[in-house]
Amino acid sequence: MKIPKNLLYTREHEWIRVEEDKGYMGITDFAQDHLGDIVFVEIPELDSETGAGEAIAVIESVKAVSSVYSPVSGTILEVNEELEESPELLNEEPYENYIAVVSIDNAEELKQLMPADEYESFCKEQD
Amino acid sequence: MLLKQTDLFAMHQKYGGKMVDFGGWDLPIQYEGILKEHHMVRKKAGLFDVSHMGEIEIKGEKAEEYVQYLLSNNIKKMAQYQVQYNIMCYPDGGVVDDLIVYKYSPEHYFLVVNAANTDKDYKWIMENAFPGLEIKNLSDDYVQMAVQGPKAQEILQKLTEDDLDSIKFFWFKPELNLSGVNCIASRTGYTGEDGFEIYLSPEKAAFLWEEILQAGGEDICPIGLGARDTLRFEAKLPLYGQEIDKDISPLEAKLGFFVKLDNDDFIGKEALLAQKEGSMSRIQVEFEMLGKGIPRSHYDVEKNGNNIGWVTSGAYAPSLDKKIGLALINRQYSQAGEEIDVVIRNKRIKARVAEGIFYKKKTGSK
Repeated sequence: MKIPKNLLYTREHEWIRVEEDKGYMGITDFAQDHLGDIVFVEIPELDSETGAGEAIAVIESVKAVSSVYSPVSGTILEVNEELEESPELLNEEPYENYIAVVSIDNAEELKQLMPADEYESFCKEQD
Repeated sequence: MLLKQTDLFAMHQKYGGKMVDFGGWDLPIQYEGILKEHHMVRKKAGLFDVSHMGEIEIKGEKAEEYVQYLLSNNIKKMAQYQVQYNIMCYPDGGVVDDLIVYKYSPEHYFLVVNAANTDKDYKWIMENAFPGLEIKNLSDDYVQMAVQGPKAQEILQKLTEDDLDSIKFFWFKPELNLSGVNCIASRTGYTGEDGFEIYLSPEKAAFLWEEILQAGGEDICPIGLGARDTLRFEAKLPLYGQEIDKDISPLEAKLGFFVKLDNDDFIGKEALLAQKEGSMSRIQVEFEMLGKGIPRSHYDVEKNGNNIGWVTSGAYAPSLDKKIGLALINRQYSQAGEEIDVVIRNKRIKARVAEGIFYKKKTGSK
């Protein structure tokens, strides 16, 4: 299972890649593997405000419906519309295909997220 | 509660099955992935462990008469070694279970019922039984496997001297020798593809499982419950608890073909006749999503903001590449072309009632 070192992780299995005052976010390899074949993504609403831990998107695999939570509070600056047509991209390359770009309004929140090594042990406990 | 394991549990572990609690049974939801498994069955072949299904035997002089009284289809019309799909109803027309019946003789029938309903069914069959019948729940005595897909026959033929062409659709052979293992084999299934269902004694199960996979090579793989559901749904085969239930009659679920109201008396007939002659208020429809979203079982269906029913089954149909569903709705909105709303996460998403949009079954040609 892939866990890139340069990302931060949530307990709900989202990743965020911080670039100055905004973050690219998506779901982890662990998440896509447990969801199974993803067949539908309800992408976040552009320009909407979100709190940290708030549901911003929905992913449906063949067998289940799951929410995606924002790792930080901020505004949805960009959404990955490609996922509407090709939801399977999240299975194929979960770290290459972001779901949304969120503004980082409060950088303190990033301290609540896990670095890669911590997330790796967290995943081991979950399995 | 401790989960029940089938006699193929070690095989599921060996082949990397992701195990889940399925109505008290520890069974694989998938091996390599639901979509991949789905397409394998449609294009080549798949092997299923369906040992959790129940088997009930009815024997005795009055067996034919009783089975006819118990079930909705025309039992008396069955020939020896024929198989028939049936509905078992309550007196009010609700459904106890749907099942398939194997006829050995007018004194001997073999019923295959849904796993979760086995105990309930056995009790119901005992309660209504005519005197002098011998009724046994043989569920623990049989392992059931299904081999489904266009290559199913070719693969199984490698394991037997018997000509599988001789088993026609919805017929069975009471003693088929597969790799030296004595099996009951029928040309039946729950996928919409050609294929066989096989019953055998538990101690030979793992051996035959391996034999079948080896005979099929690249053309076969084990299939989990996830793909079993997408396959059956896409072929519009009903699932107990969704399309039919104690509160949904077979007529409402459009299974009237299997309910012979002009035939002998059976439990539920009077209520179903009244339903047919009166005005049925609800009916099952096919629908296709127009808006974004996947319909799922139990989602509400609305028209102009008013609830008109619910989705019984819905999914992304992999072979059709469409988001479709079955819904039980007020009859007045059941015409093809009617626009309805499916309520997905508190949002009304447009859908359209349709006809004939499901996968065209490849069964019945043999």
